[in-house]
Amino acid sequence: MNWIKQLISRRRMYGDMSEEIRAHLEEKVEELVADGMPRKDADAAARREFGNVTLMEEDGRDVWRWVWIENFLMDVRYGLRMLGRNPVFTAAGLFTIAIGIGANAAVFSVVNSVLLKPLSYPAAEELVALHQVAPGAPGLADFETGLLLSPSMYFTYAEHNQTFQSLGVWDADTANVTGLAEPEQVRIADVSDGVLQTLGVIPAVGRWLSAADQVPNGPKRVLLSYGYWQRRFGGDRAVIGRNILVDSQPREIVGVMPRGFRFVDTDFDMIAPLAFERGKLILAGFGFHGIARLKRGATIEEADADVKRMLTIWMDSWSNGPGTNPHFYETWKITPMIRPLKKEVIGNMGELLWVVMATIGLVMLIACANVTNLLLVRVEARQQELAVRAALGAGWGRIVCGLLVESVMLGLLGGVVGVGLASAGVRFLVAEGPANLPRISEISIDGRTLGFTLLLSMLSGLLFGLVPALKYAGPRNALALRSAGRTMSVSRERHRARNLLVMGQVAMALVLLVSAGLMIRTFEALRAVDPGFTDAQHLQVMRISIPASLVAQPEQVTRIQNDVMEKLATIPGVKSAAFASEMPMEGFDSDWDTVFAEGKSYPEGKMPPLLLYKHVSPGFFGAAGTRLLAGRDLTWTDVYGLRPVVMVSENLAREMWGTPSYAVGKRLREDPGLPWREVIGVVQDVREKGVQEKAPEIVYWPTLVENLFGRGPAQAIRTVTFVIRSERAGTESFLNEVRQAVWSVNSNLPLASVRTMGDVYGKSVARTSFTLVMLGIAGAMALTLGVIGIYGVISFTVSQRKREFGIRLALGAQGGDVVQMVLRQGAKMTLAGVAIGAGAAFVLTRLMKGLLFGVTERDPFTFGLVAALLMLVALLACYVPARRAMKVDPVVALRYQ
Amino acid sequence: MRKETQRDLFPGALEMMILRTLKRQPLHGYALVQHIRRTSNDLLQIEEGSLYPALQRLLKAELVKAEWGVSATNRRVRTYRLTAAGVKHLEREVSSFERMLKGISRVLAPGEL
Repeated sequence: MNWIKQLISRRRMYGDMSEEIRAHLEEKVEELVADGMPRKDADAAARREFGNVTLMEEDGRDVWRWVWIENFLMDVRYGLRMLGRNPVFTAAGLFTIAIGIGANAAVFSVVNSVLLKPLSYPAAEELVALHQVAPGAPGLADFETGLLLSPSMYFTYAEHNQTFQSLGVWDADTANVTGLAEPEQVRIADVSDGVLQTLGVIPAVGRWLSAADQVPNGPKRVLLSYGYWQRRFGGDRAVIGRNILVDSQPREIVGVMPRGFRFVDTDFDMIAPLAFERGKLILAGFGFHGIARLKRGATIEEADADVKRMLTIWMDSWSNGPGTNPHFYETWKITPMIRPLKKEVIGNMGELLWVVMATIGLVMLIACANVTNLLLVRVEARQQELAVRAALGAGWGRIVCGLLVESVMLGLLGGVVGVGLASAGVRFLVAEGPANLPRISEISIDGRTLGFTLLLSMLSGLLFGLVPALKYAGPRNALALRSAGRTMSVSRERHRARNLLVMGQVAMALVLLVSAGLMIRTFEALRAVDPGFTDAQHLQVMRISIPASLVAQPEQVTRIQNDVMEKLATIPGVKSAAFASEMPMEGFDSDWDTVFAEGKSYPEGKMPPLLLYKHVSPGFFGAAGTRLLAGRDLTWTDVYGLRPVVMVSENLAREMWGTPSYAVGKRLREDPGLPWREVIGVVQDVREKGVQEKAPEIVYWPTLVENLFGRGPAQAIRTVTFVIRSERAGTESFLNEVRQAVWSVNSNLPLASVRTMGDVYGKSVARTSFTLVMLGIAGAMALTLGVIGIYGVISFTVSQRKREFGIRLALGAQGGDVVQMVLRQGAKMTLAGVAIGAGAAFVLTRLMKGLLFGVTERDPFTFGLVAALLMLVALLACYVPARRAMKVDPVVALRYQ
Repeated sequence: MRKETQRDLFPGALEMMILRTLKRQPLHGYALVQHIRRTSNDLLQIEEGSLYPALQRLLKAELVKAEWGVSATNRRVRTYRLTAAGVKHLEREVSSFERMLKGISRVLAPGEL
């Protein structure tokens, strides 16, 4: 800490030295005088012998200084003073930079939290998702999830792998919890042994689920999430060991996971063991997500090869029952495509976020261009000052340095304000971002974001400071002393930098506006797609599950659902009510199976396609607004009579039988060993997986069906989505009546996922609408900044050329000529910018191809419209100063300056 | 470029002489210059002023200490004295200087070439 002491005592040191030197000279003079020299001569002699007093003092002082730093600090002080002296300029610059930096910091914090930060598990880079595809399985290729794992695959992989530390399978499910307060549906993650070990997060209270908890028919256990523990038990540690009724079955609570623990990317309330019955497993049953932790040093390629090898073991060790060929799955060409868990969690949001980041980056560049222009104007005004400094001996580097320090300070100040804006921006992004944005709870402004902001502030400060600094601080500027006066006219060269900047701005604005335009077209195209249901805002949906432990008898389940449906229909304002295994776009895992059509031959080894299966109640299509194209709807007589009937989607009918009306009366079955089922009706296609995805071919079953293999009692779909058409959908009073109606049938039934189809639809297009909003904001900022840029430059030129215009007008030029001249200058710049921008956009929009729908990335309409719009706005921005030029009074102009 | 013109000494020589002089007895600036001049028989051309930046350097390196006091001739003077670090530094400097001098003299010695 010595240097601090030195810094403080420095002033005294300097004083000491000066005094000492004075005393030295005095002593010398006195000595010389005593030797007989006249005082005047003695004075001169003493000084001569001493040397340059000022220089010596300065050298002495320099010993104590850090020359570099202090010069720098001096520049900072000077820069601050200059900024303070021009409040309007400073405010304008600061505002522009702060907005640019704020937007960038906000988006970066999202990119950082979602894409860059590792998942919050220990050694998260070792975690992988056991993803696999089956290109040979007909129909399956359409499913984004690929081929999930079957329990037998899990056992095979767990026992024979050479590349994993641990692995397991899991499945997201729901369950009813009763006996606490109101019946409640909770989200539950069912896990096999190995899943918790793989994630490696230790419970906050109690213990993990162990292998002993995975014994089928053994004691039932459960882990709670931190949130559920707090919500239902007030964080009471005594819950460990207590029983809780899950689906009417008592389960012992063994532990609580820590706060913030998320299961891959699902929020959950409980974790329960899957407890597979190993002896009863077959090859099939592909319904579980696989997750694993790689051995240290093992690569994904090695793991892929490992799984590939184990697939053979799997087919050798298990079967689908007597008489089936276990190696049949070879035709499916099952291929492991293991990927990092992080990638699985992020899903298709990565591309979107990078596009948004790039867009906001462009806005920053435009903002920098604007500030550069401002600085250019100001440096111009300060040219004389700079020239004087240079003339007094300031080094060229020193002046450049000073100017750069000034602009970097502006950048840093902008960064400070920007961070404030960013924290507001992050709140906006989290609130307005797509609801399915992964890791949304992790988004925050952290050290890395602050570092990014600091870097961005300094870099942008350097960027917009460099042009004016190099341009005006150059050694040749001795001229400036003269040319800044009125005697010389403005050189063309002086404007070149400014014009280039404006062209760049226009070009970048065009790129952003074209991107925003393409998103608008995409959104329009999405809205134009018929999703297969109507008036989504007025469709109330909710999930109700009736577990076997509550109601054992399948037909009884259907009767209860039927009663609920009828009760709902009596609520005032309800037009119709019905239910189905799921509504379109809800995103639940789908059922699918093979379909054999009567009269078609399927050669040995060639599989019929795998098709989506849904179960619907009578009246479902009417309530949802799905059009019946041919045949008739299901009736309750069909349902309770277990009649072998199905309905199909239009595309399926066309593919199998040519036209919808032909399909009615035809028969199909899911397996050669099963009885035929008659097609009684054909309904329009439904965009089951979202508006952007092709409508899949669907077979609709009743919700109560005979047992799949023809023996035993019928099967009912126990978890269904109810759909109610009403003008009152979504209102609180309506929901209260809905709850009462459900509970009047059975008070143990919780309602879950209560929302309108409008919400469901909105969520399915959330990615597009979020991109649209972000690009829209960026485009609007770009347009505004661009217009300000053009306006600024034209205004400045006009004011510079005032005398020239005055002379022209005095010599007889018409006002219109002058306006035209100014407009032509603006048009030239804009046109060049538009041309450059169109070229750039032509290349760059390819990057957002994945985000577009129903429009090509080079849509000529969008390009044309945006270019025209930009030209128009630019000319308007030029027109205002042009009018001013026309109104120049020659007399005033010539006297001016 | 400013001070080098007058300084015939190699860098550090002045400091070394100051330290050596102060080792004998604490002195103030003027007396220091006079002493160096006298002992060198005016062979060295030292600008008196250049003493002060050198003293500042030594102060900063904490090889000397300064104290205001009153001289024998009853003047207010700033007296410099060597610190322990200064003593050590001087020994190191002198011995390295002597080695250098020896080397140079050998090369310059007549008859060898």
